[in-house]
Amino acid sequence: MTAATGIGARVLRTEDKRFLTGTGRYVDDLPLARATYAYFLRSPHAHAKIKSLDISAAAKMPGVVNIFTGKDLVDAKVGGLICGWVVKDKHGEPHKAPAHPVMAVDTVRYVGDTVAMVVANTYDEAKDAAEAIKVDYDVKPANIDLAKALDKGAAQVHPEAPGNLIYDWEIGVKADVEAAFAKAAHVTKLDLINNRLIPNAMEPRAAAAEYDKGTGNYTLWSTSQNPHVLRLILSAFVLGIPEHKLRVIAPDVGGGFGSKIFCYADETMVCWAASRVGRPIKWTAERSESFQTDCHGRDHVTHAELALDKDGKFLALKVETIANMGAYLSTFSTAVPTYLYATLLAGQYTTPLIYANVKAALTHTAPVDAYRGAGRPEATFVIESIVSKAAAEMKIDAAELRRKNFIPSTAFPYQTPVALQYDSGNYPPIIDEAMKIADYKGFEARRAEAKSRGKLRGIGFSSYIEACGLAPSQVIGQLGGGVGQWESAQLKFNPTGNVQILTGAHSHGQGHETTFAQLIHDKLGVPMDQIEVVHGDTATTPFGMGSYGSRSLAVGGSAIMKAADKIIAKGKKVAAHLMEASVADVEFENGMFKVAGTDKSVPLAQVVFAAYVPHNYPHADTEPGMDENAFYDPANFVYPAGTQICELEIDPETGTTEIVAFTAIDDFGNIINPMIVEGQVHGGIVQGVGQALMEGAVYDKNTGQLISGSFMDYTMPRADNFPSFKLGYKVTPCPHNPLGVKGCGEAGAIASPAAVMNAVHNALAPVGVKHVEMPATPLNVWQSIQGAQRQAAE
Amino acid sequence: MSISVAMTVNGKPASGKVEARTLLVQFLRENLGMTGTHVGCDTSQCGACVVHVDGKSVKSCTILAVQAEGAKVVTIEGLAASADKLHPMQEAFRENHALQCGFCTPGMVMSAIDMVKRHNYQLDEATVRRELEGNLCRCTGYHNIVKAILAAAPAMKSAGV
Repeated sequence: MTAATGIGARVLRTEDKRFLTGTGRYVDDLPLARATYAYFLRSPHAHAKIKSLDISAAAKMPGVVNIFTGKDLVDAKVGGLICGWVVKDKHGEPHKAPAHPVMAVDTVRYVGDTVAMVVANTYDEAKDAAEAIKVDYDVKPANIDLAKALDKGAAQVHPEAPGNLIYDWEIGVKADVEAAFAKAAHVTKLDLINNRLIPNAMEPRAAAAEYDKGTGNYTLWSTSQNPHVLRLILSAFVLGIPEHKLRVIAPDVGGGFGSKIFCYADETMVCWAASRVGRPIKWTAERSESFQTDCHGRDHVTHAELALDKDGKFLALKVETIANMGAYLSTFSTAVPTYLYATLLAGQYTTPLIYANVKAALTHTAPVDAYRGAGRPEATFVIESIVSKAAAEMKIDAAELRRKNFIPSTAFPYQTPVALQYDSGNYPPIIDEAMKIADYKGFEARRAEAKSRGKLRGIGFSSYIEACGLAPSQVIGQLGGGVGQWESAQLKFNPTGNVQILTGAHSHGQGHETTFAQLIHDKLGVPMDQIEVVHGDTATTPFGMGSYGSRSLAVGGSAIMKAADKIIAKGKKVAAHLMEASVADVEFENGMFKVAGTDKSVPLAQVVFAAYVPHNYPHADTEPGMDENAFYDPANFVYPAGTQICELEIDPETGTTEIVAFTAIDDFGNIINPMIVEGQVHGGIVQGVGQALMEGAVYDKNTGQLISGSFMDYTMPRADNFPSFKLGYKVTPCPHNPLGVKGCGEAGAIASPAAVMNAVHNALAPVGVKHVEMPATPLNVWQSIQGAQRQAAE
Repeated sequence: MSISVAMTVNGKPASGKVEARTLLVQFLRENLGMTGTHVGCDTSQCGACVVHVDGKSVKSCTILAVQAEGAKVVTIEGLAASADKLHPMQEAFRENHALQCGFCTPGMVMSAIDMVKRHNYQLDEATVRRELEGNLCRCTGYHNIVKAILAAAPAMKSAGV
């Protein structure tokens, strides 16, 4: 081990070389001999009955191998797609669970719903043949507008969910909160829309499958963040292929952000059809197909109220939210606006009483599920928006109001009124550091200077908390989650001393191949180039839960450390034998086993060799080999926290917003590789700023057509939308995992929408603008300014 | 598959039979098996497929394979001088952590090299950010990509590439 490559070092990534030389292997890159290609016919209507479906002409088109429809799946008794998290409503009843057929049988429920699968010798032939499928649709009224989805008279999406209501859920005691409001000196009210987003990982979703007739084994390659979970769902609920006969491989995956957690119709079909077609099948989504069929994110309509005393102390918070589920319940959709949202509404504050009511609604739109942050960005946006609004109304400095209400560092572990117990944190030094770096004191002078140039300058805070490192299983189970949330690791040494770390986590950009290697390099002293991280293949890695919810290091990394402890424990026995010492006297340090108080030592590599060539070996109490596995299930979530400050300028003539400075100070606990952590924060900030200023999924409110269905219509953040970011860290180690780490993958996206929108409102306050919804596009901002001016003139 | 097409790819002759509608990127990926060049969209927005055609950066989804007849094409696979010696732009991306999932990376690197050359190895941050308008990245927030390109410009000049 050296300081240059161990824990805390900026180690360059081992995976980069293949990505930089074009030798990465993504699903679409697989060369599969005799492959066929699939194309999916998607519904062009948001809501329609399928009166008839005629594939006869298409089946005769050149190159067509097979065509499958929803009826074929019914005949084959294929199960429906599942939602794996049961949320109980306020009466204790489980959520409504409408059927989710893999392909539509008699009804289509959103633009993009899957109608038929064409398999042909080439992709173009499959696509051409799909055009020849004749579908006679009886188009029905669609329910698109979330705010009206639960109204009487709204078009019904599923008969199993009357009134389109999936659940009416609550947390907290409403009467106590109301009593606190009655005594409040000030009440701040806020109505907001958390805009719907389309994840848009740069690699479109893809699947390929192969069936081995001789063994009856299926292999499915999928752009998955969690191949074992995908296999479990397909085996146990959908296809009935026994788990041991289905191998799922998620090779290099080009970004996920949540959208590749879920079990989708298309990959299910590719797997199922592989045995029927008798040749490998490949499918890769076109981008417009991704826009229509990837699970979308966010999409809340919320009313919130904050009660304060005369000094600005928070007395109570109440929140009413309608959350969009889309047309079907995706894999984890029900948990996102409840346990990942309302339980975070305490934020960094001592608010003693909180009540939240969440109604989940069906609409004729694509399914909505977890997207980077998943519930926590929505919670942070509610809290941090209403706190800044309260500060402006009460004429208290926005930082001062936050500080006044922060949970004090002496109060941890801190039990919030919304179920979570924060394990650690120290918030005041974070905001102090952020204000220093952002030169908050100098802001008014910069605002005045901007004004002289005709620009409106604003500054905004966002002090976020999140619960991530998804686990612990016991809590997840109590809340209705259908899976465990531990992580696994295996440390497999080879006789020559090099080692494979097999992890149940999955890297799709996060750099696990480097970070995880650093852990073992640091702990066991194995050189970095003697370590390989293996992930993403159910045939080679231990069963694992995959990567999402910023869990890979806190849970998966901890499992690796546990396995390393087992290696050391076993190695001590072997080393004691080799050095003719007592096991109790053997210590392990810097890759060497030593007999305490002597100069006797033996390197780990020699111990490993002895374990595989056990000619001189303590056979009586030690097995040969050096191969240990571990499962880690933590005691609690981890709780990263931080403060972001956004400073921006708005041109009132055009409504354009320019971010001029952006500061983020985070507490991620101990940091293994700061270079990788910074990269995660940069990317997260940009996704959050994208939500605040640019991105928005727009469906036509009558027809349900996806208006923002391509990169020409959906504004993706680009390089020239941003300045360089200023980052910093404060460290309070997580007290309950062996690495003292918290998660860093989602923080940027969780905090930044509120930082930006608070800055927008701060900038626009002098011209009388009260509220701007996200995304604050130039048109949206310009219209807000015009509206305020008109109102002032009247 | 009726039309013959021939070009030079990364210094070697390459030929094959294509349909009239076959795009250059499809020819590279499917006929030649060179899968380093990626497809991230269907509207020529994302830039994952950028290659060099006769010394200029081109989105290989915007031209037909037959339009590249006789051209000199360079892809991400053709940049590194050897397995151990990366192009200065590739090296700068590595040193500055300018890639995460790696999917946009080939197009980013090809665009960046062309950008540096067009600006005669002299770039500032605002120029780099503006010039990246044709390349989307969802992971990095662009911060480290901009840093990498600014670092690569003088390195390319001194390496004479």
